Amino acid sequence: MKTFNAKVNVTLKKSVLDPQGQTVLEALHSLGYKGTENLRVGKYFEVTLNAQDENSAKTQLKEMCEKLLVNTVIEQYEVHLS
Amino acid sequence: MKVSVVVFPGSNCDSDCFNVMKDVMKCDTQFVWHKDHDLKKPDLVILPGGFSYGDYLRCGAIARFSPVMREVVQFANNGGTVIGICNGFQILLEAGLLPGAMLANRSLKFICKHVWLRTENTKSKFTNRLKPAQVLNIPIAHGEGNYTADPDTIKRLRDENRIVFRYSSESGEIADKFNPNGAVENIAGILNEKGNVLGMMPHPERASEDILGSHDGRGIWESLLESAGK
Repeated sequence: MKTFNAKVNVTLKKSVLDPQGQTVLEALHSLGYKGTENLRVGKYFEVTLNAQDENSAKTQLKEMCEKLLVNTVIEQYEVHLS
Repeated sequence: MKVSVVVFPGSNCDSDCFNVMKDVMKCDTQFVWHKDHDLKKPDLVILPGGFSYGDYLRCGAIARFSPVMREVVQFANNGGTVIGICNGFQILLEAGLLPGAMLANRSLKFICKHVWLRTENTKSKFTNRLKPAQVLNIPIAHGEGNYTADPDTIKRLRDENRIVFRYSSESGEIADKFNPNGAVENIAGILNEKGNVLGMMPHPERASEDILGSHDGRGIWESLLESAGK
């Protein structure tokens, strides 16, 4: 078994409205950052897991994301393994 | 009618549901703890509102894996009648018993107030005692009730008459200004394909006695009693 560290980024899909991101964007505008065009708020997970090899770790992480960490109806995700 | 009210850690409308079903509607009612595997042979399962598991990760995302949910899914798949109210609706969405998902209210505020709902389908077992387009006065209390789904799903819900309640004016007009949370097409409640599972954000259990300011929620319980035939 080897230990892997994964970083998982979850964001709302492009097609889904992000009311929180919109509000933060407006706050940036009111702070004077007029050039700020777009902002999406997301979630970030750090996962430490033990697995036989990198492939097994990737498979497990994909399962974790699709079962629990991510609601794939509205969210998309990226996994970075190290 | 025998009713089981499921209690998750963080449910807070379980006692309201229990009170209405037992003391107002005179049903044989019991609580089922989320770690139990026995639903106690109900005619109706209620997933009540609240903040199951503190709304951690996403509303309903953890509760959906509570032990009792395996039985709830099986019960629903076998045609059993299930109503999910507020957080219960969110749990049904996360469990895949209903399509779509909830986003934060567009105002980003928790909204707790009475709203008007127009009944869009009076053929369901949840609404057979209501009149077409009947407008109900029922409160909402949620931060994440902004229902969304992809356009194909919305079209299906519409075509199959599965949008049961929409946010409206007191006279039944549907417009964006009567939409408290930004839900697609003012959707407040939807049915599953077979018509035995209803999810709704408003709280009929908080509007089933005159002392609480409205008894419009009773129509839903009366419909369920009618369709259960007991």
